[in-house]
Amino acid sequence: MSETADRVKKIVVEHLGVEADKVTEDASFIDDLGADSLDIVELVMAFEEEFGVEIPDDAAEKITTVKDAINYIDSNKG
Amino acid sequence: MRRVVVTGIGLVTPLGGDVETSWSNIKAARSGAGTITRFDASDFQCRIACEVKPAGHEYGFDPNKRVDHKVQRQVDPFIIYGIDAAGQALEDAGLTDMSEEERFRAGCSIGAGIGGLPGIESESLVLEHKGPRRVSPHFVHGRLINLISGQVSIKYGLMGPNHAVVTACSTGAHSIGDAGRMIQLGDADVMVAGGAEGAICPIGIAGFAQARALSTNFNDTPQRASRPYDKDRDGFVMGEGAGVVVLEEYERAKKRGAKIYGELVGYGMSGDAYHVTAPHPEGAGAFRAMKVAMERSGLELSDIDYINAHGTSTPLGDELELGAVRRLFGNNIANLSMSSTKSAIGHLLGGAGAVETIFCLLAMRDQIVPPTLNLDHPSDGVQGVDLVPHHAKERKVKAVLNNSFGFGGTNASLVLKAI
Repeated sequence: MSETADRVKKIVVEHLGVEADKVTEDASFIDDLGADSLDIVELVMAFEEEFGVEIPDDAAEKITTVKDAINYIDSNKG
Repeated sequence: MRRVVVTGIGLVTPLGGDVETSWSNIKAARSGAGTITRFDASDFQCRIACEVKPAGHEYGFDPNKRVDHKVQRQVDPFIIYGIDAAGQALEDAGLTDMSEEERFRAGCSIGAGIGGLPGIESESLVLEHKGPRRVSPHFVHGRLINLISGQVSIKYGLMGPNHAVVTACSTGAHSIGDAGRMIQLGDADVMVAGGAEGAICPIGIAGFAQARALSTNFNDTPQRASRPYDKDRDGFVMGEGAGVVVLEEYERAKKRGAKIYGELVGYGMSGDAYHVTAPHPEGAGAFRAMKVAMERSGLELSDIDYINAHGTSTPLGDELELGAVRRLFGNNIANLSMSSTKSAIGHLLGGAGAVETIFCLLAMRDQIVPPTLNLDHPSDGVQGVDLVPHHAKERKVKAVLNNSFGFGGTNASLVLKAI
């Protein structure tokens, strides 16, 4: 597992209060992890802080799974 | 008019995360005051408060019992205290599992005086230092005063009236009084009602201190600071927590064999129309609120055994309230006891009236009145009244009066009696 994946999963566990083993790469934030649209806004903010990336709203809308987040961050971090 | 009784109670206080711990500490004359731990208050005029203690403390509060981890992260402390106290009250009443039909007739009226001050303060700093895109998306609904009622209604599926009073330090009493009216008038059969506060943060302490409302002479002896009716009193000690009751229509409660703590028989309201923070110099508003509550109750003045006073330990307020009690009760004052539990848990602001109503109910249950701590040298104006100094006292308690007065000159009195 990549270092990015580890850090993303840790943030998801902390913010959504879910068990770590539920946070698989295929897990959907809304369908599998019980997030609502505001939780996703908060997660995106946390990813931006953690990785020093900027995730514009149109890109954030496309991040629906844990893997989407990891891939976006890996492709855009400095 | 339909009758209203209390069938469940819940408390989060500086002396306990539940009803029995809080009440046994109150009866044992313990104080919940201490040096502020939430932030470094070392350069503040007031460095003390009655904080809710963390889980693991002898009388701490564990938010994980009833409040989701996610909700805890999103909301201010007052909402967490309120959700927990509401859950306790519903569990105590045996009403956590009502049918859909019952839940259409069950509502919430849980308010606060100030609401999410800590979060407003901290997110303002985020805005200042990191910009608007770092402000939490949960900022608004994690701070709004009506979000205890909102959260509780969602958690327990309560689809009746969803209400939240904001009347400063009268909030808790108004919340219960208003909710009682909703049941009397048929808007609901069950109301989860009360108040909460959690405003121990730098701007909260600084703001109240600048209004000259807080005690500043006892920073080195915090447990001696809240001393209602005492000559050396110099302001209130800020408390935090929540008190929530389940109000229920009497016939419904009787039919299901519910445990009944008491009947809400009187509710009186008034406005001072005088000053934003100072009480009316003759206690006129306090007098009228109590008078109306007594008239509504159908009780005689001589029936009241115990008054839980507003009694915040401010130089002006305590004696004005006592003067109003004296004028209303006349010679009957010799037969009643009156104390301020703010001497033990501080001033819970929007939570005070509800927490103190619960202490009144417990006084009736256990036939014991809670003490006024630190009443070492009573003021000249408080002679001839049993203020229950230092120690709780066993006595007959069949009917009680609870007073709450708030900034803006808003007054509420509740009368409850045993069934």
